[in-house]
Amino acid sequence: MHVELFIPCFVDQLFPQTAFNMVQILERAGCEVSYNTQQTCCGQPAYNAGFMEECAVVAGKFIKEFSGENYVVVPGGSCTGFVRNYYSKMFEGTDLEKQVTMKTPLFYEFTSFLTEILGIEDTGATLVGKAVYHDACGALRECGIKAAPRILLNKVRGLELIETEDAERCCGFGGTFSVKYEPVSMAMGEQKVLNAIKAGAQYIISTDLSCLMHLDGYIRHHQLLIQTLHIADVLVS
Amino acid sequence: MLKTRKQIFIEQSREKFSDVEHRRKINHSLLQSDIAFRKGIPQFSDLQLAKKTANHIKRTTIENLDTYLLQFEKQFTQNGGKVIWAATANEALDAVGRICKEVNARLVVKSKSMVTEEIHLNPFLSSKGIEVVETDLGEYIQQLAGEPPYHLVAPSMHKSKEEVADLFHEKLGAPEGLAPEALTQFARKILREKYVQADIGITGVNFLLADIGGVALTENEGNGRLSTSFPKVHIAVTGIEKILPSVRDLALFWPLLATHGSGQQITVYNSIFTGPRKAGEKDGPERMYVILLDNGRTRLLADPKARESLYCIRCGACLNVCPVFRNIGGHTYNSTYGGPVGSVITPHIKGMKEYGHLSQASSLCGACTEVCPVGIPLHQLLLHNRQLAVKHAARTEKFAWKLWAMACSHRRVLNLAGGHTKNRVATLLFANAWGKNRKLPGFAPESFNQLWKKQR
Repeated sequence: MHVELFIPCFVDQLFPQTAFNMVQILERAGCEVSYNTQQTCCGQPAYNAGFMEECAVVAGKFIKEFSGENYVVVPGGSCTGFVRNYYSKMFEGTDLEKQVTMKTPLFYEFTSFLTEILGIEDTGATLVGKAVYHDACGALRECGIKAAPRILLNKVRGLELIETEDAERCCGFGGTFSVKYEPVSMAMGEQKVLNAIKAGAQYIISTDLSCLMHLDGYIRHHQLLIQTLHIADVLVS
Repeated sequence: MLKTRKQIFIEQSREKFSDVEHRRKINHSLLQSDIAFRKGIPQFSDLQLAKKTANHIKRTTIENLDTYLLQFEKQFTQNGGKVIWAATANEALDAVGRICKEVNARLVVKSKSMVTEEIHLNPFLSSKGIEVVETDLGEYIQQLAGEPPYHLVAPSMHKSKEEVADLFHEKLGAPEGLAPEALTQFARKILREKYVQADIGITGVNFLLADIGGVALTENEGNGRLSTSFPKVHIAVTGIEKILPSVRDLALFWPLLATHGSGQQITVYNSIFTGPRKAGEKDGPERMYVILLDNGRTRLLADPKARESLYCIRCGACLNVCPVFRNIGGHTYNSTYGGPVGSVITPHIKGMKEYGHLSQASSLCGACTEVCPVGIPLHQLLLHNRQLAVKHAARTEKFAWKLWAMACSHRRVLNLAGGHTKNRVATLLFANAWGKNRKLPGFAPESFNQLWKKQR
C-alpha cells in the first residue's frame, strides 16, 4: 500500500527520530512511504489563536501538497483531528473545497492507521517496565482514538499498562496556551506527571509529542524518575 | 499602573498553582462528583440520543425565542402573575426595589440563583436596608463567608467541613468543631425562623414553561419550596434563555439536569409555579412576579455561532470536567459564571476587550463539549471568541502571526538555520514564557525534512 506522510512542524523540527521510527514500522508492514518535502504546517497554531487569515494561507498551501487517493499517516492525533474536522468548514465554497472533501478523511493518526487500516495489533516490540498511556485530547476527542494505542501497547513484550483515573484528562499543553497561561498549563502538567508516578509508572506513553514535550520539560526540570515516550518509539523497539 | 483583568487572572492562577491544600480539596470534591455522575448515567438507555433531542429542542426554542417568551408572558399573565422585562441588570434591580417598597419589605429569603449573583441583587437590597438571607446551605455558607459562589451548582465545594465549622462558630456562635450533620441542623434552625418572617421570597428559575406559563424550580433541600410558600410575594428572576416550549419537555430536561448537575436520577424537589394563589386555594403567595432578564443575552443571540451558548441549562458539568477549573478554582475567573461556559459567555456579556482572556485561558481539550447535556460545542465557541478577539490583539502578536504564516509558506525558510541556532533563538524567545518549571525541548541538529532529503 502506498501511503503519504504528514510530519507535523514541531515533530519535523524537534523529534525527527520519532518520525523515522514511524516510517520504519510502516515500511516493515509493507507500506510504500512517500513524503512531499515542500510540507510545513497544517495551520492549527494560528487557528487556535483566532488568526484565521494566516491559518488559511498556510492550510491552503498544505492541502495542495497531497495528491491522489492515498492514505496520509500522521505521528499525532492533534494535527490529524484539525485537518479532518476543521478544514471542510474553513474551505467551504472555495476552490479547494473538492480537494479538502476528498483528501481530509484519508488522514489517519499512526496507531489508528495500524489497527484499523492495516489490521496490525502486534509490531513485535519489547519494552520492560510499567507505563501509563496518556489519551491526548486531539487523538481522543477529535479523532475518537481510545482502543488503538492500548491494543498495540498490550502486545508489547515486558510492558505492563496501568490505567489511571486521569488518563483522559488534558496534560495542559494546549499550544500557545502553554506559554500564555504558563501557571495553569504547568499545574495541569504537574498533576499529570505526579499521578503517573503515584501509579508506579516508569513511562508516560502517548500518540502526541506536543503533550509529551510539555510533560518531559517538567520531568527534566525536577529530575524525576519517569520518562516520556512516543508510541512509535515504543513500537519500533 | 492598574493591572488588567488578564494580569490578575494569571497572578491568581499562579497562587492556586502553589496552593496544595486547595488542589487536594478540589480533587476530592471533583472525584466525588465524577463518581456520582458515572452512577447516574445508566438511567439513560441512550444518552447520546437524549442529548441530541435536548439540543434540538433548545435550538428550535432559541431560534424562536420571541414567540416562546411572548407565549409564556400571555399564559403567566392569564394565570394571575406579572411578567417584568428587564433589558439590563439595573432594570431588574429597580423592579425588585419597587416591589420591596410596595410591600414595605424588611426581610427577603432567597433560594439559590446565579442570575441574582449576575445582577448583584444582595448588595443592592442591603443598601436599601433590607435583610437578605440565602437559604441554600452552600449559598448560606458563602454568604456568611462574604464570598461569591465558587461553582454554579456547588457554591461552597472549595471549603472543607472543618472550615465550615469554624465559620459557623465565628459568625453564628455555634459550638466549635460541629460535624456536617450538626452544622446542617444548626443552619436549619436559623433558616426556619427566617422563612416565616420573610416578606418576599426570591428564587431563580431552572426552566420557564411557555405552554402553561409556569416556572420550574429544581432543588435538593426543600428551601426553594419554603422560600416560595411562606412569604406573601414570590419573585422569580431568570435569564430569557431558560425557556422550554412545553411542560412535557421536563420529562427529558429534569433527568438530564439532575444527572449532569449532581449525578442524581432526579433532583429531590421539583416544583412548578404557575402564578399566585387563586381564589379558594389554601396556600401560595398573594403575588408572583417573573423578571425576564436580557443583560447582554440578546448580544449572544445576534451572533449565530455564539447563540448556541444560550442552550445552557447551568448544570455545571462542564466545570466538573474542566482541567483549567480543577487547577485555578472558581474564583480566579472573577466572573459570575466560571468554567468553560462562563469563559464562552462572559466576554460577550461583559466585553471582549476586558474578558477576552477567559476564552484564551483554555487548552481546548474539549472535555466540556463531550460532557454537555445539551450539545453546546463549548471549545469551538471558545475558538469563535478568539477569532472575534483578534482585532483587540497586541500589534506584536499580529506581527508574529504574519511572520509565522510567511515562514510556513516557504519550506526553505524552515530549513535555513541549523538546530543549534534555532535552540538559541527559541531560548531567547520562549525561555521566560515557557516558565521556570519546565525545560525547553531541543531542536534536532537537522529536521526530518533535511534528513529525508539526504537519505532518500
